Amino acid sequence: MQSKATATLRPNTALPKVQLQNYVVYIFFAVVLGFFAITIGDKGFLSVMNLFNIARTTAMITVIAVAMTFVISAGELDLSVGSIAALSALTCGLVMQAGFAWPVAVVAGLAAGLIVGSLNGFFVTVIGIPSFLVTLGMMQFVRGLDMRVTYTNPIAISNKTYNMIFGSGSLFGIPSLLIWSVAVALLGFVVLKYTGFGREILATGANRMAAEYSGVKTRRIKFAAFLLSGAAAALSGLLYTGMMQTARFNFGEGAELMAIAAVILGGTSLFGGKGTILGTFAGSLLIGTINNGLIIMGLDVSEQMMVAGGIIILAVAFGKKPAN
Amino acid sequence: MTQALILEMTDIRKSFGAIPVLKQVGFTLRKGEVHALMGGNGAGKSTLMKILTGVYRRDGGQVVIDGQPVDLPDATAAERAGVAMIFQEFSLVPTLTVAQNIFLKREPRFAGTPFINGAEMVRRSRAILDELGVDIDPNALVSSLSVGYMQIVEIAKALSKKAQILVMDEPTSSLSEAETSALFELVGRLRASGISIVYISHRMAEILTLCDRVTVMRDGETVMTENCADLSVARIVEAMLGAGNTATFTWKDRAVPETARPVVQVRNLRLAKRIDDVSFDIREGEIVGLAGLMGSGRTEIAETLFGRRKAVSGEVIFDGAPVTSQADAIARGMALVPEDRRKFGLVLDHSVGANIILPNLDRFTRRLFVQDTAAAQVVQNTINDLSIKTDGPDKLSRLLSGGNQQKIVIGKWLVRAPRLLILDEPTIGVDIGAKSEIVDTVRAMADKGTAVLVISSELEELMAISDRILVLHGGRIAQSVNRRDVATEEELHHAIQGHSHSAPQHGAA
Repeated sequence: MQSKATATLRPNTALPKVQLQNYVVYIFFAVVLGFFAITIGDKGFLSVMNLFNIARTTAMITVIAVAMTFVISAGELDLSVGSIAALSALTCGLVMQAGFAWPVAVVAGLAAGLIVGSLNGFFVTVIGIPSFLVTLGMMQFVRGLDMRVTYTNPIAISNKTYNMIFGSGSLFGIPSLLIWSVAVALLGFVVLKYTGFGREILATGANRMAAEYSGVKTRRIKFAAFLLSGAAAALSGLLYTGMMQTARFNFGEGAELMAIAAVILGGTSLFGGKGTILGTFAGSLLIGTINNGLIIMGLDVSEQMMVAGGIIILAVAFGKKPAN
Repeated sequence: MTQALILEMTDIRKSFGAIPVLKQVGFTLRKGEVHALMGGNGAGKSTLMKILTGVYRRDGGQVVIDGQPVDLPDATAAERAGVAMIFQEFSLVPTLTVAQNIFLKREPRFAGTPFINGAEMVRRSRAILDELGVDIDPNALVSSLSVGYMQIVEIAKALSKKAQILVMDEPTSSLSEAETSALFELVGRLRASGISIVYISHRMAEILTLCDRVTVMRDGETVMTENCADLSVARIVEAMLGAGNTATFTWKDRAVPETARPVVQVRNLRLAKRIDDVSFDIREGEIVGLAGLMGSGRTEIAETLFGRRKAVSGEVIFDGAPVTSQADAIARGMALVPEDRRKFGLVLDHSVGANIILPNLDRFTRRLFVQDTAAAQVVQNTINDLSIKTDGPDKLSRLLSGGNQQKIVIGKWLVRAPRLLILDEPTIGVDIGAKSEIVDTVRAMADKGTAVLVISSELEELMAISDRILVLHGGRIAQSVNRRDVATEEELHHAIQGHSHSAPQHGAA
């Protein structure tokens, strides 16, 4: 028999081993979804309204986390993203308040993100300070700036078009925030997986010196990752603004940690060299779903935080490679 | 000569999953013997030694040390049984002193207190180092020592734990000639004092001068155990490769016409360190060997050619124009296979395919997107051409043997058909089979017109591959000889050592 002959020739052709850590985020997502469906399905958890609600509230984190996947894959970290989101929101709000058209305000908001991103990139790649420290400082500095520009006063956004596109609107019944986050994730997926830039990001993160010796300009690559991260953070600030119809200094507080959690839950290596945008997207949805479910279950904020934190540790522990 | 056996391993079996790695292996070690353990990559020698040092548990068989059957479930048990491994990649803490490393986790205390008695620790360290006959300051930081001295500290650490059996894995792979001979002397003294040594190495000449017996493994079995006195290199190679499989690691007289165009011209190169005035040419199709001591500036020359370093003065003309940067060098067809493939050559956690594509991304990218189908074809061709042994292009390069890893590093540049190929220590940690395949590949490249620069500490290798050999000494090219004018390795060896006999460098201040 044909198959038998092949079998004797290659006795060790077992099925490829399933790498659990690559799928743990999807498994957890399914388990969490199932758990909430059973326990609070009748309290509206499964309603389309609520599912869209989850997608809406996670959009900002997803957008940040997609770019964060690039930064972490390149072996760096960006803690300044939450502060950048608020800076972009306030810049956008001030420009609109000054009477400019909303597209001008959007460009100004994104520019604010790109400027901070390039500063991060400069200090990491040119001066050579570890990104953890640079962006930790930048997080503080920019948050201070956020508070200073309007003396912590909120700026109301009354432009209907802006608010529709960047937050409260929908297209064919699909919330615009969901469209934004899917679009950004798709773009990130394609860039990381199918472009030369994506390969160079991963090579830089996995072994910077080997990448250098292979002709990869690793400084440029890392700089680009910080620019990307700044731009994505700025976009998320615009989304916060559109959703709240206000720009406020405290937008994005804690978003950097949520985004990093989403990235790592998704299966991206914290040490660089291995990244997955699909995983990040699932990780972000997982965090959003947990938060949403716990609210519906009636837990108060303190309890929500404890449970969500516990689940994150558990999921990462399950996804860890067994120690040798 | 019937000496008492200190170690007897019989019928050792070990499988990983369904794959048997050791099939009933036997190995014996006499008291006060230096016993070479040889075999190609994947022959099973490191697995056997990991069983002896308690890293792996054997599936079957018996280990008897000093007449006592031992279990060896973990490293601590092996240590208690008197077995110590001197690691290839050193396991010392660079920020601690020599004495602190020797007594790490076993520091002597002031009696009855938990406080470490530093003076006592230094005193005892000094006693051990004196016994070894080496002049190392116990208070020196390990990071300030040369590699050779670090290895001696490792040995001192093992002896302080009353080790009877030392396993040394490629101990000379990163030592200079002077350090190597110092190590050989030390090994001789250890042997005389009754310590038994398992010596793993790929270097034939070294084995035959140093060892008492040789055991050769192949495919998870012991195929030969003989007294060194009765052996020749040819017989060892035959045992390692299997009969009728002997590869050709012999020199071929390649005629490179004098009129061939020079591909690279190095003129009065002076670097910040070590290199004072170096000039040479490499012509199309020519293989030039660069010989010199470890630390003589060979790697620095290679990196300057490749555009990674700036010269203080002098110039590198590549195909008629000076090299302005690494990007320029690569774009115009230069390739460098760096010395440390794990650090600089390969992205170990990425696949074979990804590594081969990495320097060639520019060629496979159309409108931002990588053309994976076209790239996969080239990757497969490279794997076939260099006979890289891998389950497929998606296998992580970390999981391949040293020889196959090195073939990836060479292969990724071959895709570009380089004008100048620089190989820095291309066969360190590479078994003899892969070695001769690499030599064949390089020769085939040169036959097609590529100029090649080979840097190596192994004279045997330089003698086998080069058309011309440059000897680097004291920051200059001391000699440039045609290979066909060099009769023996000895001659080359003397040229490298120079007229003044250089003393071993004292790393410890």
